[in-house]
Amino acid sequence: MIEFKNVTHFYNTEQNEKIASLSEINLKIHKGDFVAIIGANGSGKSTLVKHINGLLLPSKGEVLVENLNTRDMEEVWNIRKQVGMVFQNPDNQLIATTVEDDIAFGLENIGIKAKEMGERVDWALNIVGLNGLRNSEPHLLSGGQKQRVVIAGALAMNTSYLILDEPTSMLDPKGRKNILEIVKDLNKKESITIVYITQFMSEAAQFDKIFVLDKGRIVLEDSPKKVFDKAEQLLGLSLEVPQITRLARELVKSGLDIPGNILNEDEMVKYLCLYI
Amino acid sequence: MFIHLKDVSYTYNLNMPFETVALKGINLKVNRGEFIGIIGHTGCGKTTLLQLLNGLIEPTKGQIFIENVDIHKNKKKLKEIRKKIGLSFQYPENQFFEENIFKEIAFGPKNMGVAEEQLVQSVKKSLQMVDMDYQSFKDRSPFSLSGGEMRRVAIASILAIDPEVIILDEPTASLDPQSCSKLLSVIVELYQKYHKTIIMVSHNMEIMAKLARRIIVMEKGEIIMDDTPRNIFQKSIDKLEDIGLSLPQVTYTMYKLKKIGKPVSSGILTVEEAKEEILKLVNENKK
Repeated sequence: MIEFKNVTHFYNTEQNEKIASLSEINLKIHKGDFVAIIGANGSGKSTLVKHINGLLLPSKGEVLVENLNTRDMEEVWNIRKQVGMVFQNPDNQLIATTVEDDIAFGLENIGIKAKEMGERVDWALNIVGLNGLRNSEPHLLSGGQKQRVVIAGALAMNTSYLILDEPTSMLDPKGRKNILEIVKDLNKKESITIVYITQFMSEAAQFDKIFVLDKGRIVLEDSPKKVFDKAEQLLGLSLEVPQITRLARELVKSGLDIPGNILNEDEMVKYLCLYI
Repeated sequence: MFIHLKDVSYTYNLNMPFETVALKGINLKVNRGEFIGIIGHTGCGKTTLLQLLNGLIEPTKGQIFIENVDIHKNKKKLKEIRKKIGLSFQYPENQFFEENIFKEIAFGPKNMGVAEEQLVQSVKKSLQMVDMDYQSFKDRSPFSLSGGEMRRVAIASILAIDPEVIILDEPTASLDPQSCSKLLSVIVELYQKYHKTIIMVSHNMEIMAKLARRIIVMEKGEIIMDDTPRNIFQKSIDKLEDIGLSLPQVTYTMYKLKKIGKPVSSGILTVEEAKEEILKLVNENKK
């Protein structure tokens, strides 16, 4: 389990003012959870997830991963072994000259034996569907493929928690869909806990639970159905509901008896077939 | 016509072992006052095309005319041309380097020889065009801005050289929904109120459907469609799917209804259109 206990994080501005980028965050993410985090630019999403593996430490409060405290310098490497991070721009996370070497990099660092290393790299490559490209140079791959290499690198470390910070914002629609499918599979088939930051509401709608951040605080924590039922509140937070939900709400306003929190096309088609 | 690409090809590493064809046989005419959207997935040649449009790179084959001048035959004119065509790259905030917003925006015109006393005017006007207040922003660090504000300052810094055409590469990437719609309304204003020609790349089909008057679809270095948004989204849903582009959720919904035999018209792009179409059918069904 990942647990935030009353976490506040301050940073200093140029004028030496103390600004809280996170305020009194309390949250629990259980093993196997499939959660999204949404919030306006600057609401604290990235700051929050960087606390999970000790890249940032709380100014107040505690962050625990499997009961290990991120403040504990002796344990922080054990935490990082369990928590993989994938950031927005894969170019910043790729280092080796072949896909295979890149995935093996973390394993070499922690002294995994050659045979096991080979097995783990094979397994990770298979999951992200990059077996055919194992000897390619990472910088020649497409954005989506690069992001899959980064994910495979995290998987090879046997991470049980995978944190993805807007992993699809630089990808085209096909690449986006593909990453989301992989992330879903990792959760369902490999039981890896997923924490996924996104600016795409239609992506967030596909998770089991959404945390909504505003000015460093968690203001909503619920299922997508319930979160996207609060369209007005989301607007006030610089967010919105998915396009299909907007349509549902418009139709409800015009007197059609359908739910106002429809989240995907198939659901919409199902309801509309009752009327047309 | 303003910009004319005539049979343009571009090959990276020409005559080298890693030769890669990025664009082939591009014919494209852009008129003043157009709002063109360019779509296509990663690696289809969009960025190469944008770089050709303002003379950053030279085609390996073919010619580029701007106001009937072959820009690579008249190298002296190239600087003039870059003034007319402002290019904003992806994540333009990565290129910020000045200590305050005034200097950041003044950098372009200053380099182009604009006199000090005119700079203030130029920066003021540019900020106004992106709906930002000169007094409250001029002394702030560009790095202290929100994501959406940074993008607007980046556009202002292009406006400061007073271009006729503004080229935007994925201007809304990783902005939150509200910063995104604010930025889009600024872009629409540049087009409608200030009569700038806009050429914009985006993966967001909903935005494209709403804003662009003409859409160019690229695949593997070629232009495969060039038409109005309505025609493109009406006729070519399967084709767009094939090349890995995704459509607005409402477009899919209507498409799915049509596929199961419901009498809806396809090519619906926005929530408003979908609502109208559905209510019309519901009422017809009641009768």
